[in-house]
Amino acid sequence: MNKSEQQLLTIIAESVLESSLTKDIEQLGAKGYTIMDVRGKGSKGLRNAGWDASANIRIEVICNAAVADAISAHLQDKYYNDYAMVVYTGTVNVLRPDKF
Amino acid sequence: MDPIILFFLFGVFAGIVKSPLRLPSQVYDFITLVLLIAIGLKGGVELSKLSFFTLLPQSLSIIAMGFALPFIAYPVLRSLGRFQRADAASIAAHYGSVSVGTFAVAIAYMGANNIDYEEHVALFVVLLEIPAILVGIVLAKGIKQKTNWGKIANEVFLGKGVILLVGGLLIGWVSGPEGVSSIEPLFVDMFKGILALFLLEMGLITSTHLGSLKKYGIFLVCFGIVMPLFSSVVGILIGFMLGLSVGGTAILATLAASASYIAVPAAMRISVPEANPTLSLTASLGITFPFNIVIGIPLYYYWTTYIYKLFA
Repeated sequence: MNKSEQQLLTIIAESVLESSLTKDIEQLGAKGYTIMDVRGKGSKGLRNAGWDASANIRIEVICNAAVADAISAHLQDKYYNDYAMVVYTGTVNVLRPDKF
Repeated sequence: MDPIILFFLFGVFAGIVKSPLRLPSQVYDFITLVLLIAIGLKGGVELSKLSFFTLLPQSLSIIAMGFALPFIAYPVLRSLGRFQRADAASIAAHYGSVSVGTFAVAIAYMGANNIDYEEHVALFVVLLEIPAILVGIVLAKGIKQKTNWGKIANEVFLGKGVILLVGGLLIGWVSGPEGVSSIEPLFVDMFKGILALFLLEMGLITSTHLGSLKKYGIFLVCFGIVMPLFSSVVGILIGFMLGLSVGGTAILATLAASASYIAVPAAMRISVPEANPTLSLTASLGITFPFNIVIGIPLYYYWTTYIYKLFA
């Protein structure tokens, strides 16, 4: 099997940011993303998804290292100060590198 | 006491004793959707009977009230509350806008007590939702600061609350009473049952905000009660001047007194991110919402009848 290494960038953030985050991600060169509704607890308190204002989303993006770095830097700059947000990356293996 | 209020208190209790009870968020979304459409439909049917010239002065006065209320709240929050500019502006916007949940309870209250009111008041909900948001953003950022108004307009006009209400109003308006009768079993007959479930969830959400009350102190509690009392009087005077019925004016007073917790929090989070959302939600959900549905609505109705007797 022909495997290739790519970056898996994961963003956990307030649901209210969904449209602006997906726009940023695509503008910075990612070809796609997956969004999940999630809940949890962190430095901004309990985010229990009981309703819109306390709901979180998790966005996963598979992309190359340069795009992952660009997205991370942009998110840190634009959102970290004011919003509940966690961003992390890891290496994953994918079968069709040209897809990402 | 109306059972729907008991559902709310039950929700608060379940939250306080840390019961794992919660409505799945999809269920909550569905309930909100049914309530918003039901309110819109009812208002729309009524709108089809009214002339443009009846509605115009009413609509303009209501919009003016929506712009004015945050300007009254803001200096109080800044000077007495000593809040930062962004926080004061955001809280002011919440109190200038309206809560659809509170409106639904007011309608149920009028229904349960056989009080007549103008059913097109649903239009007022839509009209009051938006102006305060604009004022809030301008208060927080000033006019010259570059603000992405396109994005804000998108958020405000296409947000769940406004679009569902407007959709319901239009469908009710186009269909008229006979047309709507076929979907009444869901939107009219089940209204109170759905409202009861909604209030159960609101109780659970409110209980999570009670903890923050201690943190933010006595001023926020006082503001969360005094501001709606003041706004309700403004609402009563405007309703009286517009010649609304006692029931209609009491509902307008309730709208003026209510504080938003759906449209405004989302819009403020996007446009004034530096404002602390816990502060405004603690006030609007932890204090004003319960106050309005338990004490406020009967009180505003009582005040309205009193003022109408006084001037009649």
